Amino acid sequence: MALRILVPIKRVIDYAVKIRVRPDKRGIETANVKMSMNPFDEIAVEEALRLKEKGVAKEVMVVTVGSKACQETLRTALAMGADQAIHVEHDSDVIEPIGVASVLHKISLKHTPNLILLGKQAIDDDCNQTGQMLAGMLKWPQGTFISKVTVDKEKGVEIDRETDSGSESLSLSLPAVLTCDLRLNEPRYAKLQNIMKAKKMEVQKTTPQELGVDMTPRLEIVHINEPPKREGGVKVKSVDEVVAKIKGA
Amino acid sequence: MFSLKSNGTTIIKRILTTKILFKSYSTSSNVTVTRNDKYSQVTEEDISYFKSILEEGGVITDKDDLRMYNTDWMNKYKGNSKVALRPKTTEQISAILKHCHSRSLAVVPQGGNTGLVGGSVPVFDEVILSLGLMNKIEKVDQSSGVVTCQAGVVLETLDHHLSRFGYTVPVDLGAKGSCQIGGNVSTNAGGIRLLRYGSLHANVLGIEAVLADGTVLDNLSCLRKDNTGYDMKHVFIGSEGSLGVITRVSLLTPPRPTSVNVAMFGCKDFASVLVALQRAKTELGEILSAFEFLDRKSMDKVVAHGKAKDPLSESHDFYFLIETSGSNKDHDKAKLDLFLENILAAEVVSDGVVAENVTQATDIWKVRETIPEALQKAGAVYKYDLSLPLSHFYKIVEVMQDRLGDKATAMGYGHVGDGNVHLNISAPSYSKEIYDIIEPFVYEYVAEQRGSISA
Repeated sequence: MALRILVPIKRVIDYAVKIRVRPDKRGIETANVKMSMNPFDEIAVEEALRLKEKGVAKEVMVVTVGSKACQETLRTALAMGADQAIHVEHDSDVIEPIGVASVLHKISLKHTPNLILLGKQAIDDDCNQTGQMLAGMLKWPQGTFISKVTVDKEKGVEIDRETDSGSESLSLSLPAVLTCDLRLNEPRYAKLQNIMKAKKMEVQKTTPQELGVDMTPRLEIVHINEPPKREGGVKVKSVDEVVAKIKGA
Repeated sequence: MFSLKSNGTTIIKRILTTKILFKSYSTSSNVTVTRNDKYSQVTEEDISYFKSILEEGGVITDKDDLRMYNTDWMNKYKGNSKVALRPKTTEQISAILKHCHSRSLAVVPQGGNTGLVGGSVPVFDEVILSLGLMNKIEKVDQSSGVVTCQAGVVLETLDHHLSRFGYTVPVDLGAKGSCQIGGNVSTNAGGIRLLRYGSLHANVLGIEAVLADGTVLDNLSCLRKDNTGYDMKHVFIGSEGSLGVITRVSLLTPPRPTSVNVAMFGCKDFASVLVALQRAKTELGEILSAFEFLDRKSMDKVVAHGKAKDPLSESHDFYFLIETSGSNKDHDKAKLDLFLENILAAEVVSDGVVAENVTQATDIWKVRETIPEALQKAGAVYKYDLSLPLSHFYKIVEVMQDRLGDKATAMGYGHVGDGNVHLNISAPSYSKEIYDIIEPFVYEYVAEQRGSISA
């Protein structure tokens, strides 16, 4: 049954950083800003590693699409315990889900995973599209926003997924695409020994061109604005005033 | 109560009330302290006067409202003040102190009230002078990094403000969300960055303070170098309110690091911690910004009281935390990687983890910074902030535990990089027996090593 799991990961601005819009209003300031692995992707890597530790998976491969700097994100995943890392080098400010999904499609055909775990969305664009598009391209079943996953010999994959009205339980046959939500797990720290090991591991390199994928963006960012500053509240002295203010607003 | 032939009711009243105010601390010390009769008591006239010079809400006399001013953070020391004052300007403080001076009213200045040794609350009925509303940040000099602000600015607020200009506060401590810069300066707070930026003596450029008689002492210089006259600010730094109330501070602040790394390690003995410290100083050099240590018992308390999670997968006898701060991510990473490789190869550490994002870094720091909170939840705690030569740094914990047997748990944590250990003894409840085992032995031990009982 031993699965080969592919976990696509993305390098994004660290979740804790206070972001600033670039002066040209076409993007977010990234110069000298702390970058880290997308938190939901970290959760996906963690789940893949747990499946490996349970004996359900035999290999965890991570892949990323982006500039040279993304290699450090791959190293973090290797330091957590991933077995293989693939870097699809693409130097561009804008990398869209459709491009990434196309790349992952080609990678999947080449490396033949039977389970793909992604973060549900990236915290920079919040698109929440890559996993779903990839499943469509591969014609595999998809389970999104998972908060629990178990692999069963007969039933395939059993998941609980988060919905607005509660938790939904589904079974999917393998191979499948799953996207991970916040409550699935708490990612581990990278241990010293594994960090040292990861430094020496080889990262496989390729490009979208080699894979035959056109990464030209289909969308143009016209402008980005900060949300309006929060105004102070106003104290009122009576219920009538409250009503008047609500009516006036 | 004894009868007294007097020439007026005032004398009897004073003796009566003195007895009522007699307070003995059965919590941490068994020394009974008597209120000094030379100090007057607050009257309605005093309250009226305070109300006339302060704004609405500046005079607090309600018993329930006073509770938080009268009680320290640890809930261990309880004062009995009848009034707390909240001025907004130096002039108001000057008027208050002038009045109290003329009336012989005792005053206790209070900042964030986060101190752990009972220094910020009244012993008896002293007037509480709260600096909380003196919270204006007046100026940040963009090119020099010098900030001028009132004493009541919360440390974390000051740091956030400075971040906009690319600077950071030179002191950092677990209480940063509540402690105030004036309090930090009056107590010469050390904190976790002393290793890198030095103490407040090195970073405070000027002070404005109000003396007991109301005189405003303006020493608020922003100059990096000034050798004219006696450098009085150094006497005020660490004077704990005994010389005057600090009202404004000008502080030199370092550039905010753009590259920060945090890691935690487990060792099998304290000697390894010292070896790692030596290596960190040499191999990380100028980017080392913190080196904190904690022992197994401290980690157990933190985990048991749910304040933070243990980042390492197994238990170790000793832990230390390293932080690097620098201006070049690649340069810092290269230095850190080499340091990690070396300590692993030399078997100085048994295990370690490195934070891969800001959230993990904050979580690792939480382990060290929430120890006081966890200890408070665990029961009674006796705290000692000691400076000792590194050879005896952890010995004090071991020796104390031997003396205590199974009556209490002795643990140590703190700024090993500065030779400053926080010796803490945790027990289910306070007792004279435990107190007598600890004191005066701990002071004698420290004195023998030529250390300090208040680091």
